[in-house]
Amino acid sequence: MKGFPKAAAKALRDTQLRHNIGHATRTIREKREHVVGELPDWQELRAAGAAIKDDALLRLDELLIELEERVTAAGGTVHWARDAAEANRIVGDVAQAHGVDEVVKVKSIATEETRLNDALAARGIRAWETDLAELIVQLSHDSPSHILVPAIHKNRAEIRELFMRELDGTEELSDDPGELAEAARRHLRRRFLDAKMGVSGANFAVAETGTIAVFESEGNGRMCTTLPETLVTVMGIEKVIPRWQDLEVFLQLLPRSSTAERMNPYTSLWTGVHAGDGPQEFHLVLLDNGRTRALADGIGRQALRCIRCSACLNVCPVYERVGGHAYESVYPGPIGAILTPQLEGIEKRPSLPYASSLCGACYEACPVKIDIPTVLVELRRQVVESDGALDPEHVAMAAAAKAFSTRRAYERAQRLAKLGRFVKWIPGWSSSRDAPEIPGQTFREWWRETRS
Amino acid sequence: MLSRNGSGEAPTTAQVRIASTFRIVSSTAAQGNVRRLRVALFITCFNDTLFPQTGRAVVRLLERLGHEVVFPEEQTCCGQMHFNTGYAREARGLAERFARVFAEVHADAIVSPSASCAALVRDAYPKWLGVEPPRVFELSELLIDELGVVDVGAYFPHRVTYHPTCHSLRLLDVGDRPLKLLRAVRGIDLVELPEAAECCGFGGTFAVKNKDVSTAMLADKMRAVLDTGAEIVTAGDNSCLMHIGGGLSRQRAGVKPMHLAEILAHTEEELPR
Ligand code: SF4
Repeated sequence: MKGFPKAAAKALRDTQLRHNIGHATRTIREKREHVVGELPDWQELRAAGAAIKDDALLRLDELLIELEERVTAAGGTVHWARDAAEANRIVGDVAQAHGVDEVVKVKSIATEETRLNDALAARGIRAWETDLAELIVQLSHDSPSHILVPAIHKNRAEIRELFMRELDGTEELSDDPGELAEAARRHLRRRFLDAKMGVSGANFAVAETGTIAVFESEGNGRMCTTLPETLVTVMGIEKVIPRWQDLEVFLQLLPRSSTAERMNPYTSLWTGVHAGDGPQEFHLVLLDNGRTRALADGIGRQALRCIRCSACLNVCPVYERVGGHAYESVYPGPIGAILTPQLEGIEKRPSLPYASSLCGACYEACPVKIDIPTVLVELRRQVVESDGALDPEHVAMAAAAKAFSTRRAYERAQRLAKLGRFVKWIPGWSSSRDAPEIPGQTFREWWRETRS
Repeated sequence: MLSRNGSGEAPTTAQVRIASTFRIVSSTAAQGNVRRLRVALFITCFNDTLFPQTGRAVVRLLERLGHEVVFPEEQTCCGQMHFNTGYAREARGLAERFARVFAEVHADAIVSPSASCAALVRDAYPKWLGVEPPRVFELSELLIDELGVVDVGAYFPHRVTYHPTCHSLRLLDVGDRPLKLLRAVRGIDLVELPEAAECCGFGGTFAVKNKDVSTAMLADKMRAVLDTGAEIVTAGDNSCLMHIGGGLSRQRAGVKPMHLAEILAHTEEELPR
């Protein structure tokens, strides 16, 4: 066993983890269903979201250039990064040019993907995560296990212990959520006021206006994008949307799908720089890092519609049991199972497309209608193709296909299967399930006996 | 449980036949459907080999309702396992073969007692395998939409819980058709399954490739089944039932898996064969 099955088996043994994640996903699942059910035009909204994203993906070349022009015209600087290393270098260079040794960050999966914090640390720059859950993950030297709730795998007691160990002035801390948040707030307030540079991701970037949008719930994003003198945004190239008006659709889809809120608490929008108001220097880093490869795949490219709401994680029966770390990527759950292999190359992650029972709950929940089961099956096809015909499973599958190719071969195989009655242990099956008894008469034998 | 006639003896064959014919005629006539259809059975290789009793039940049920059943013996496998595991090339060959075999059968409808195989034919054949499929109905769809019957005249005096399989819900969209059929069964004590729409963890080769996760999912499904106190867990797909039933059997839980068709085929006069 290697890859996902191995990591999953390890995660399944952690009973505390299963309890935490099971509880958290169940709660948010029910809430989401409730608020989604309130909108009579939810299906139309989903279709609109998918159509806007598809349109943007097919015109990415024009739209990114339009975005660059608008951002530049509004006083910002646009950088193009082919991969993680390039993106990290650009951010580090900006920091260094300003002599900054501390930056504040608003939760951004793109910079998790590029491992920006490590790259900055290597240049002597400390990055402070300011999203509460990201802070928890960072302080415990852990990695996120959920797109939206990176510390979903931790409970209050664990967080209290962590804060008492890592934060000043927490000698008397209880595990009351309010008190825990207050301790984090005191710590973060100092970081916000001291920081000279902020780093963010982007939920959307509007090509026609050059506007960047960040959706968050704690107000830390607002602080990070307004207080520092310099702001750097790292965004995947698939985040661009054509028109300002398109935001209307996503402002409805995203909050209900992610946090199960009717309206997003803090939506920050900015266009370039404004004299005397907010950061006076703005850099936008456009990150490819495998996205153009995914774009080239006619079936797989729909994964780039993803707006990172995490609804698919919360409804996934596999994710619910193994948590995010088993996917060994910043993108866990169903979206991770289709995005990671495409970004990194299928040959590096051949077990991920199989990390699903194809139950379809993710597709049903996805606000931009990504047909995740179909993409999984297509990626499986690519895995099979790259494995080659000599792989033992491939040999067995080819033999089975042959047995199904004529009635004679099939009926011969059925007679052989009946001999299997004496096999009591089937590897991979029998460890947890009894095998069915193989009947002495097939259906067709009965039919022939009674009907012809 | 066999119904007895006045003398306390088992009913004679003739009595049984008269009684059941009478009831079926009255129940179908009441629903305004007397058209006799010729229905081709797509048994699926899995049921043909491992669960022949389900196929026999479909035949018995449809004939009891007054329809003709034909079984195209050339059929083998629809290619679902190959397709879902990534063997699209092999699946395409099987899909083409399937379409050819069923095109030659002159039937009014094709029925399958497997929601996932029916879904593959209906959904994946045209979309991903480039094969124009014949029209296939899952059993509950055929009964309710095509034959216009909800009360099939079944009798099943047991405590039963129904697991809606993922593909029946999300690919075929059968909705509550199976439950409607079950509610009309006489004598049945139908109990709702908690968290019913949660996947049981079977998922074809997933059950083996990711057996630990599959087993964890199964554990929760079994707990839900046991919570209902049911004697029988039923579904529209024997593959999921083999997985759930295999787990229950390992636990010596005493709950039996049984395909929906077998419950619907059951009458006061006939025990399952
Ligand atoms: S794939 Fe869909 S459901 Fe999953 S995170 Fe992305 S947008 Fe949300």
